[in-house]
Amino acid sequence: MEDIIQKTPKEEIKPPVVSVGVIGWIKANLFNGWFNSALTIVTLFFLWKTVPPFFRWAFIDSVWNTTGQVCRDAGGACWSIISSNFRFILFGFFPYDLQWRPLLAMIILFVLLFFSQNRKLWKKPLAYAWIAGLFIMGLLLRGGLFGLAPVESTQWGGLPLTLLLSVFGLTAAYPLGVVLALGRQSKMRGIKTLCIVYIELIRGVPLISLLFMSSIIFPLLLPEGVTINKILRAQVAIIMFTAAYIAEVVRGGLQGMSRGQYEAAESIGLNYYQTMRLVILPQALKIVIPPTVSQLISAFKDTSLVVIIALYDLLKTTQTVLSNPEWMGFSKEAYFFVAILYFLGCFSMSNYSRKLERELSRGD
Amino acid sequence: MKNTVSEKVPFWLDPKKRAILFQIITLCMVGLLGYYLVSNTLHNLEKQSIATGFGFIHQESSFEIGESLIDYSAASSYGRALIVGALNTLYVSFIGIVITVILGTFIGVARLSTNWLVSRLAAIFIEVMQNIPVLLQLFFWYAIFYETLPSPRQALNPITGVFLCNRGVAFTVPKAHPAHAYMAVAFLAGCIIVYLVRRWAKKRQERTGQLFPVFRVSVGLLLGLPLLTWWMAGAPTELNMPKLVGFNFIGGLTISPEFIALLLGLVLYTAAYVAEAVRAGIQSVSKGQTEAAMSIGLRPPMVLNLVILPQALRVIIPPLTSQMLNLTKNSSLAVAIGFPDFVSVANTTINQTGQAVEGVALIMLVYLFFSLLTSAFMNWYNKKTALVER
Repeated sequence: MEDIIQKTPKEEIKPPVVSVGVIGWIKANLFNGWFNSALTIVTLFFLWKTVPPFFRWAFIDSVWNTTGQVCRDAGGACWSIISSNFRFILFGFFPYDLQWRPLLAMIILFVLLFFSQNRKLWKKPLAYAWIAGLFIMGLLLRGGLFGLAPVESTQWGGLPLTLLLSVFGLTAAYPLGVVLALGRQSKMRGIKTLCIVYIELIRGVPLISLLFMSSIIFPLLLPEGVTINKILRAQVAIIMFTAAYIAEVVRGGLQGMSRGQYEAAESIGLNYYQTMRLVILPQALKIVIPPTVSQLISAFKDTSLVVIIALYDLLKTTQTVLSNPEWMGFSKEAYFFVAILYFLGCFSMSNYSRKLERELSRGD
Repeated sequence: MKNTVSEKVPFWLDPKKRAILFQIITLCMVGLLGYYLVSNTLHNLEKQSIATGFGFIHQESSFEIGESLIDYSAASSYGRALIVGALNTLYVSFIGIVITVILGTFIGVARLSTNWLVSRLAAIFIEVMQNIPVLLQLFFWYAIFYETLPSPRQALNPITGVFLCNRGVAFTVPKAHPAHAYMAVAFLAGCIIVYLVRRWAKKRQERTGQLFPVFRVSVGLLLGLPLLTWWMAGAPTELNMPKLVGFNFIGGLTISPEFIALLLGLVLYTAAYVAEAVRAGIQSVSKGQTEAAMSIGLRPPMVLNLVILPQALRVIIPPLTSQMLNLTKNSSLAVAIGFPDFVSVANTTINQTGQAVEGVALIMLVYLFFSLLTSAFMNWYNKKTALVER
């Protein structure tokens, strides 16, 4: 017995140096097999050729806070175009000393979005907070009440306009999309055909054709003397466009409902309206939260198209700066900055959507 | 007795009659709204004395178009200008789709690579491209072209026969020769023969179990037939080199910066989405499938061809279709960087004739047609690859 039971452990044999730690990781992830080794070396060479020069251009040789003339002599990036025109790029033609108002509106929006991330807070108070928030944001931009100086909508621009078009666009498109999705699932032939035609028509054409329609044809559709401002017209086009896509997302959720849910609702005597409101929609809309967030990302990106009908959104204010002779020729830096803003917005939303998807699939 | 109850139900409590009534009311309201809008429009058009109808199609366009696949000049009609635009849209979409699918597949596979570096880089590419608006990307590439590249006189010459400058890229191409037309015919004939050979080989395999080296024969036919024609036509090797004359390149094949910027932007943006679709498709095939295929003695290429791809394609194709459609629709952004696609030409037409309703309607119809065509083709292909249940 004595020799079977070991009292003191023998000296532990350590795994070979090449299979643990940094070396082991490198071997397993970068150099397993000749193909991967070759791939790693080619990739490293490519990175060596591109990353250091880029770094040099963006950080070492760059100038940050000078005039355009100094920029032209510098070897690297001219970030001065951003620092000198920061407020114009962000707020456009909004009166300079009133720019705290769109800033405050954006802060309210970000606070609301921040609190909306937490699913535990998804209750009535949050909905009221959103309604109040949207109202206050509109008031801050528009003015004319409570001693705020009125600001014409033609002067709205920059990031607030981009956010306004996407947030209001989605908020208004959502109920419309739900109605369209219900219509498409309806047993009534006439309604169903109408909804299918609308959804497929809108999804078949590019957003830009709708924006053209909004800027050239909408004025013709209205009776003489009635005019709607340009931003609202573009907003209507974005709502019409987004609603069709939301409808398809919601339809996915509706199709995911089992027949038993409808039958159960019918058996306890609920009518169509009650069935939808109390049984089907709460479940169906929960399933489609992640694709809805993706739709919000698309809407946010798509608002950049209003440049083409000459609305001063974030991209257009940037281009305006670029058309100034002092800053002409620094498009790369300017577009880089705008790209980073868009990226931050979209990336955080898509990360959130992924997190939500994981949470919902876990079922809590 | 049994009928008295149902007869007494008033029509607004009978679900069927109520549904009909509801539909009639809705359709009437939609119809009335349409009538109201149309009558307003007609009234407004009359007031601004703008012509209606498609008569303008036959009028002289009197504007130039930078790039055209068919003969076109300012003396041509609006109709021809619109056709030029539509062909340009088709052209850029077709090339874009082909490159996107290839690039997207590569990136999707790279995303799943066991090589950490490659997989990370693919992930970064996908995230960056998906989260920046495509229009901004188009502006960026276009700016790179006209701001960073030198003028034609100082054109970069990275490889012999290729010149890079802010007027575009000039390539050396073989000089035009009638043999090229014969080669195209030979290639088409090759395609038909390959199709027949594949069918025959499949039938023979089903009947006798014998394998036929279809792939090698196909490649041989597709490359060999045109080459043979070329050789028989006297093997013309004369080249058409781009030459700097004055301020621009003459000869060779010059691709405009607008086209390249548009193609680059569309391809990189859409490839990121295609890569995600490809990744999801490959991941959807469970590892057991590969192991099972190997255990019955299939070699790795056959495992991929016969087991993994058919199953992965089924998952990949629906999102791939919608990405192809997206690319076609996004090609309309060409108007922002000045490539003469359909929207751009239609926009010029609208500005010149003032006939906005017809112009926008044409834009919508053309894209609707492209969309329906693509989705019809993909539905057919999808049906072909769909699971056949026992």
